[in-house]
Amino acid sequence: MKKLIMTCAAVAALAACGEKPQTTTGAGKDMPAYTGTGKAYAVAGWKQGDKADWEAKLKARNIYGQNEYVRTD
Amino acid sequence: MARMKFICDAERCIECNGCVTACKSEHEVPWGVNRRRVVTLNDGVAGERSISVACMHCSDAPCMAVCPVNCFYRTDEGVVLHDKDVCIGCGYCSYACPFGAPQFPAKGTFGVRGKMDKCTFCAGGPEANGSQAEFEKYGRNRLAEGKLPACAEMCATKALIAGDGDVVADIFRNRVMTRQKKGAEVWGWGTAYGVAPKG
Repeated sequence: MKKLIMTCAAVAALAACGEKPQTTTGAGKDMPAYTGTGKAYAVAGWKQGDKADWEAKLKARNIYGQNEYVRTD
Repeated sequence: MARMKFICDAERCIECNGCVTACKSEHEVPWGVNRRRVVTLNDGVAGERSISVACMHCSDAPCMAVCPVNCFYRTDEGVVLHDKDVCIGCGYCSYACPFGAPQFPAKGTFGVRGKMDKCTFCAGGPEANGSQAEFEKYGRNRLAEGKLPACAEMCATKALIAGDGDVVADIFRNRVMTRQKKGAEVWGWGTAYGVAPKG
């Protein structure tokens, strides 16, 4: 009887050891956009990974693609 | 570079829903989820206004503030993104967001709420840029391809503009100056484009 009680107590005491940690680590680390995708479907003439050129390409798309006042009288 | 921003010109938006379609098509967004939608005020009344709304990538984002598992992060360009592997689908972000941007796909027989989905400014997520895993979870990463969001680039009337906040503000300021008018009482083609229609 005493052995059974001791066994039950040991099992109860060790029960918490099987729990997995539930703390979160937050969002994963993202790669900067200017590093590119390494694939062909990128804007023409841009060397992937060149940050200054990436910013220039986006600005050009803004100015020539979204501002028609620079294209008409 | 300043922060990436959207702006929708209410004088130009014609409620065509081209931006909504472009977004759904580009990212293969599932049924029941609309990352972007067009809201119209005074629909059918002369002078009605429409505006295209999605995540506005707030500088002080309330979704980030309320998320209990800290799944949101902000990129160097000011784009607010989230990690679906961390998201628990609690829905707090949808209550906090003033634009109704967070969407929850209904999965399963009983409509169990899935992981949150929202506009990514076409910047993907934490997975490797351009990877299949990134596409399946967040859609295409156009920013990493040197392109602007599909919704804005697809907009026929150029009502929706997206890009570097400074550049976008300059474009919009130029438009307002060209219109040479102000106030809610002016509307129509001439107001939007600065010239009267020919013929």
